[in-house]
Amino acid sequence: MPDTASSEVFRPADESQVLDAVKWALSERAPVEVLGHGSKRSIGRQMQVAHSIDLTDLSGITLYEPEELVLTAKAGTPLSDIEKLLGENDQELQFEPMDYRPLLGAREAGRGTIGAVLATNLSGPRRLKSGAARDHVLGIRAVTGRGDLIKSGGRVVKNVTGYDLSRGLSGSWGTLALFTEVTFKVLPRAETEATLIVSGLNDAEAADLMAAAMGSDAEVSSAAHLPESVRGRFLNGGLPGGAATALRLEGFAPSVDYRIEKLIAMFAGVGSHTRLETGTSRSLWREVRDVAPFCDDGDRPVWRVSVAPSAGHQLVAALRLRVGVDAYYDWQGGLVWLRMESEAEPQMIRQTIAALGGGHATLVRADRPTRDAVDIFQPQEAALAALSQRLKTQFDPEKILNPGRMN
Amino acid sequence: MTSPEMPEPKAEVMQRRDRIVADLKTIVPGEGVVDATNQMRAFETDGLTAYRQLPLVVVLPETVRQVSRVLKYCETNGIRVVPRGSGTSLSGGALPLEDAVLLVMSRFNKVLDIDYANRTAVVQPGVTNLGITHAVEGRGFYYAPDPSSQIACSIGGNVAENAGGVHCLKYGLTTNNVLGVEMVLINGDVVRLGGKHLDAEGYDFLGLMTGSEGLLGVVTEVTVRILQKPETARAMLVGFPSSEQAGQCVAEIIGAGIIPGGIEMMDGLAIKAAEDFVHAGYPLDVEALLIVELDGPEAEVDHLIAEVTQIADRNGAAMSRVSADEAERQTFWAGRKAAFPAVGRISPDYYCMDGTIPRKALPEVLAGMRRLSEKYGLAVANVFHAGDGNLHPLILYDANKPGQLQMAEDFGSDILRLCVEVGGVLTGEHGVGVEKRDLMGTMFNAEDLDQQIRVKCAFDEQHLLNPGKVFPQLRRCAEMGRMHISKGQLPFPDIPRF
Repeated sequence: MPDTASSEVFRPADESQVLDAVKWALSERAPVEVLGHGSKRSIGRQMQVAHSIDLTDLSGITLYEPEELVLTAKAGTPLSDIEKLLGENDQELQFEPMDYRPLLGAREAGRGTIGAVLATNLSGPRRLKSGAARDHVLGIRAVTGRGDLIKSGGRVVKNVTGYDLSRGLSGSWGTLALFTEVTFKVLPRAETEATLIVSGLNDAEAADLMAAAMGSDAEVSSAAHLPESVRGRFLNGGLPGGAATALRLEGFAPSVDYRIEKLIAMFAGVGSHTRLETGTSRSLWREVRDVAPFCDDGDRPVWRVSVAPSAGHQLVAALRLRVGVDAYYDWQGGLVWLRMESEAEPQMIRQTIAALGGGHATLVRADRPTRDAVDIFQPQEAALAALSQRLKTQFDPEKILNPGRMN
Repeated sequence: MTSPEMPEPKAEVMQRRDRIVADLKTIVPGEGVVDATNQMRAFETDGLTAYRQLPLVVVLPETVRQVSRVLKYCETNGIRVVPRGSGTSLSGGALPLEDAVLLVMSRFNKVLDIDYANRTAVVQPGVTNLGITHAVEGRGFYYAPDPSSQIACSIGGNVAENAGGVHCLKYGLTTNNVLGVEMVLINGDVVRLGGKHLDAEGYDFLGLMTGSEGLLGVVTEVTVRILQKPETARAMLVGFPSSEQAGQCVAEIIGAGIIPGGIEMMDGLAIKAAEDFVHAGYPLDVEALLIVELDGPEAEVDHLIAEVTQIADRNGAAMSRVSADEAERQTFWAGRKAAFPAVGRISPDYYCMDGTIPRKALPEVLAGMRRLSEKYGLAVANVFHAGDGNLHPLILYDANKPGQLQMAEDFGSDILRLCVEVGGVLTGEHGVGVEKRDLMGTMFNAEDLDQQIRVKCAFDEQHLLNPGKVFPQLRRCAEMGRMHISKGQLPFPDIPRF
């Protein structure tokens, strides 16, 4: 079921048609929903709009130069096409954009478009080491809510010419401008990877171990802790017994072997150790990325919480004293996925985050009445909220782009 | 640069100078307000010394509350403000204005918090770039971006300029290594962006702020990511008979899936100047020299050095040498890091440029530079962050010879136009500032620039913060906001509909 009431869909096939559609919407004061594959459509406030602009026909990779580490694609290009082409050249988007479809029950939707990857600032388990979409974007072309076609950035890594609108528009969920074209830095894919599983640690012990691992020179690229309550829902129950703390190593084979031994020596006597080889390791991190344990086809509230890594387990411990909640940790504990047993409990969660030094919580899944009632995105302090409003006005004064989606 | 056109000073502000100084002294007591001409001389220029201007008054606040009150006061009274860190900008970003308060952040010089478990450091903006590394190196950590002015430049200035360095391809720029800032807006509002957690809860203001050249707000605290030093790092010197071969070697290294910690290139003139100055052991019989640094676990570095050596041989390398120990690695770098002052020794003056190009365009751009060098009759030495395509041509001239400064500037502008023509950009890491302001039109059209100015309007409607920098023309925000649209004016668009 679509989550919005939009009835008429514009499907522009080139940039000038995007411009025409926005200009028309402006002149009619007709708000529009901005759409790609709709794989993340249920995140954010539901919109009541009569029109939408579907960018999926604005598709095609317009520039790919592997030796220059750069790729440009029209905004509606399927991410799956890009991942395929990069894979054929042993390259990748190093920020590992997650796939929301299984969690949101949007299995029939496409993998998502490259424009939406930037518009929602996707990332994955390498976030600490390799960044998010915002860290890899080099340039954009976009149509603002004022009906202007603009560009920012370029195709080179080092560029400080003018304000960084490419980053400024990342994560704006289509509320400031519609991307028409995006340029990303691409990087060589690691030759191989392996994962060290340390079994049997509680959440606090795992936090210490992950901090030690990430702070070492073993170049751990991802660190997650999968408590006993979720452990069986990874790799079809294939992880060894007890909570699993997972440390991922990537690179050239001899280097991976050497570093994994280094970690094993470092944590001698702590839990029990298992090594996952390339294929299993890749599957595990994909499941960590895509929130596999909570992909239950249900609509119990799921929160995506970003806090300081050492605060993740404290947040969960504090919540558990008061409500039923299942949780696991990525980003060394800095990304906490929470599935609530019943109510969404936004105040409780956000107050606890604030008490632990700050961060933010986004309600990525919930039933319709809950989503209508709760602030989906983290509310901002007054001065920052006012600044956000002013920025919105400078890009979309008539509030025609995805009205209210981030409210 | 001979005399950049700056915004017309506000006469009514100049006339009220005594009153303004007195008011500022009540906000920042003690020695925090400097208004004597001889004392203000120290602040009249930054790293782009061809421009000089005394400010209206210099203010050195010590607390966030003082910064907030100074900015609010200036906003209320329509007074312009130029923020300044250590004053090392190479693009005139901190050039004072006659009618503006120069807000110097150097007294914000404390490291506030080091958190090894979360690998973050929270510092005040006046802490130097290298100061952060010094604060954490006892535990084997460092702060990755390393602009060549890192001994002197402040982290607040690094945020303003999105500073780079030689390790950007692997470790990112300032924008990839800053997790949060506290900043003060011109209206006095204190805003926190990010922190020890990742990503923004709303719009990515941190991304907008980084590289905004002091036009959006004044940073009062910075949270950065610190990294554990790699287990080992070794540098290679590889010499080539031509820049083309060196460029091809870089392309093949990256094509092989190797991302070195740093790859630098120097041309014949730069090699000779650096070698004469620091005796780094550079070969003098090559036309191009690469410094390739490989870092990581010992086993990996060995493996990669073997691969890079093969690639270099394949591309006709005339020599190659691997650093035997840490001291030799530092020596290899010493020549490169001293390249600017080294060139300063062989010419009375030099003008440092900062374009970025797609790497493959290097032969074309080098050939173009040779042509321009002949046309202007001025020599040019090249140092080049080869991994990320960031060029630093150093144009040699003598300011005492009539017309040479102007010629050097014209030569520089032509180089930057050439960079843009081949798909590159005007500035990779030094910023637009005053220097490249009037070239912005070569990269951006009116709509692009207008939207950037609208971002400025969201932060600073009266254009009080650092005016005259970045944008060739200041347009009033009220004007920029106007839209002329009436219902039914446009036909229903002829676009596929469903």
